[in-house]
Amino acid sequence: MNKTALIIKREYLTRVRKKSFIILTLLTPLLMAAMVVIPVVIMTSGNKEVKRIAVVEQEGDLFRHTFHSTQYLKFDYLGNVSVDSLKRNFDKMGYYGLLVLTPKVSYIPSAAILFSKKQPPLEVVSYIENALEKEIEKRKLLSYNIRDLDKILKQVETNVKLQTIQITDSGEEKKTSTGVAMAIAYIGGLLIYMLTFMFGAMVMRGVIEEKTNRIVEVLISSVKPMQLMAGKIIGIALVGLTQFLLWIILTLVLVTGVTQLFLAPQAEKIAPPPESLFSSAPQASGTAASPSDLDLSRLLSGNEVFEALASVNWPLILGSFLLYFLGGYLLYASLFAAIGAAVDNETDTQQFMMPITIPLLIALFIAMGAFQNPDSPIAFWGSIIPFTSPVVMMARLPYGVPMWQLALSLALLYLTFVGTIWVAARIYRTGILMYGKKVSWKELWKWLRYRNY
Amino acid sequence: MELLQAREIVKHYAGHTALDHVTVTVPENSIYGLLGPNGAGKTTLIRIINRITAPDEGELLFEGRPMQGDDIAHIGYLPEERGLYKKMKVGEQALYLAQLKGLSRQEALKRLKYWFEKFEIISWWNKKVEELSKGMQQKVQFIVTVVHQPRLLIFDEPFTGFDPINTQMLKEEILRLRDEGSTIIFSTHDMGSVEELCDHITLIDRAHTLLEGPVDKIREQYASNEYELRFEGDVNLLTATLNTHFQILSHAKEGPNSIVRIRLSDGATPNEALRFLLDAGKILSFNKITPSMNEIFIRVVKEAAERETDQEKETA
Repeated sequence: MNKTALIIKREYLTRVRKKSFIILTLLTPLLMAAMVVIPVVIMTSGNKEVKRIAVVEQEGDLFRHTFHSTQYLKFDYLGNVSVDSLKRNFDKMGYYGLLVLTPKVSYIPSAAILFSKKQPPLEVVSYIENALEKEIEKRKLLSYNIRDLDKILKQVETNVKLQTIQITDSGEEKKTSTGVAMAIAYIGGLLIYMLTFMFGAMVMRGVIEEKTNRIVEVLISSVKPMQLMAGKIIGIALVGLTQFLLWIILTLVLVTGVTQLFLAPQAEKIAPPPESLFSSAPQASGTAASPSDLDLSRLLSGNEVFEALASVNWPLILGSFLLYFLGGYLLYASLFAAIGAAVDNETDTQQFMMPITIPLLIALFIAMGAFQNPDSPIAFWGSIIPFTSPVVMMARLPYGVPMWQLALSLALLYLTFVGTIWVAARIYRTGILMYGKKVSWKELWKWLRYRNY
Repeated sequence: MELLQAREIVKHYAGHTALDHVTVTVPENSIYGLLGPNGAGKTTLIRIINRITAPDEGELLFEGRPMQGDDIAHIGYLPEERGLYKKMKVGEQALYLAQLKGLSRQEALKRLKYWFEKFEIISWWNKKVEELSKGMQQKVQFIVTVVHQPRLLIFDEPFTGFDPINTQMLKEEILRLRDEGSTIIFSTHDMGSVEELCDHITLIDRAHTLLEGPVDKIREQYASNEYELRFEGDVNLLTATLNTHFQILSHAKEGPNSIVRIRLSDGATPNEALRFLLDAGKILSFNKITPSMNEIFIRVVKEAAERETDQEKETA
């Protein structure tokens, strides 16, 4: 059997057989599923408690009928009473908050005040704001003395939900969902970032282990350093791919299971009831919740999402993910291996970790921006430059990226990998036999030029 | 015929020279000792022979031809700093390392079983390395070094960490391997084992070869015409009389016996001296004093150090 293959086999088997690998492989899909399910559960169950709010209006009663109680929010209109004592006692009287209004509210936006013991949730605030705005708008319109205003208003009330349709190069029309694209971009970018770090560090720890074990000298008398390093990197790459594959399968199984058992009835609950906080808030103003939450609730709320999911070019996304994961991993893992060889134990790795950590972190930041603006110059360059491209490109990809950019970025990535593995191999073969020496950058530069087999 | 020759090896590391034109010639089927103080360059030389690092100058000949990458399959190497994967099972690990040396899985399994049985450690096969004591790990490591029946075995400080019983066993194994046709290079500080095992030695100090050759010849070379006489009788009788054959270096009493060290005068033979000594009393023994390797080692290294400081003074 080929020696590199033997090394790959050992690296792979010892890791795959570990308990930690098995646990992580089983647990992660659960966490992933939880990531999808928990926000929905929180959104539906978090406000079960009924909040009562006392409304005090000084000078006049413009807002007597403004606030309609909902399932979880009850309003008591107290009229013009003394605020001072209420302010002290409203919680003892069973109120969650105290809303104090003056007629000035119609021209001074900040003239409405909500007192509460706890920071009120966004939904409550936006519900009140929304109600006030509508009431004031109505009052203002009334002042023009328009006939049949109520009727007109009813007729004017509209509700728009933008449908996005992507036209592919072949002219085919596809229903898309920005939410779905965003979720895929987010998960893809983050996953590459995490996996690169996780498996890169695994390579580094493996190298350090062999060095501190002193087994490396025995190995190096049987195989070439390059074989040893390549075997380790490839072996761990296979571990990563195995884990990734298992995650996909398990997540698919879990998600289909969960959607059939649990999410379908849940989704119905979210959407229809008109008195629910959530049905009114997002439609009227976009301030209600953060966009991702919204998209998640939409994502889970019906067929349109599954249609959008089906419209995603999965072979492209998954294929690119694999290529970028491999390329990014190989690039960083070779550097991690060099670091592992240069130090004696894991605590010494800090000074060399910085230059590796920073590009990856920058990549993550650029990726965060790319969710909002996938074609900005910084996102473009970030997805071309090899050290950031795996993370950034994954974040751009679901929004559509021209083929030439993808090809250029991948070519550069793999070319750079050839360069880093060359550098890493030179540091590695010298480093693995050096002990008890604090290595400096200058020293590493020297190692690059040592003569060796 | 020599199995291995390292010719005029030079190796520089940042700031210092580890080996400066060192030549080592290892005859086939012999035990070759690599001696020298710490930091002399022994491990560097061993690593160069193992093709772990490359020399800056010089060449390696294996069986008379330039050494090639594949030749390391004929070498078994036991490094000074020994180590195994701690979390791996003993048998699995031995199998892995044997396969890396080029044995097929089946062949490796067969031979490992033989060695494990011989060393009575077959019951450890499924234990993790971290569960073994250090001496046990050494045994496993030794087996892994020799299992592929290499023509050349290199042991770097093989006896450190072994108890006397295991040391003895190891020595016997080394001798047996030599008798079965292997060539062995080992580096050591333990001069006793050098006298016991080595046929040839090289003494390296500060990157230079100080001494090279067969052990008996070297000891002969450093023998300084000194003899030791043990007899029952009075030393004063001897010291009182003058003679031209020898000079008394020291004398001591040990119970009823006297021990006298003499150095022969130039041109005098031991027989002449002994003839004179016969009258001193009842002779118990008369021996030529050959210096131990330990003494030679210390003397040679010291002399080299003195030479160097002299040179430094001159240049200054």
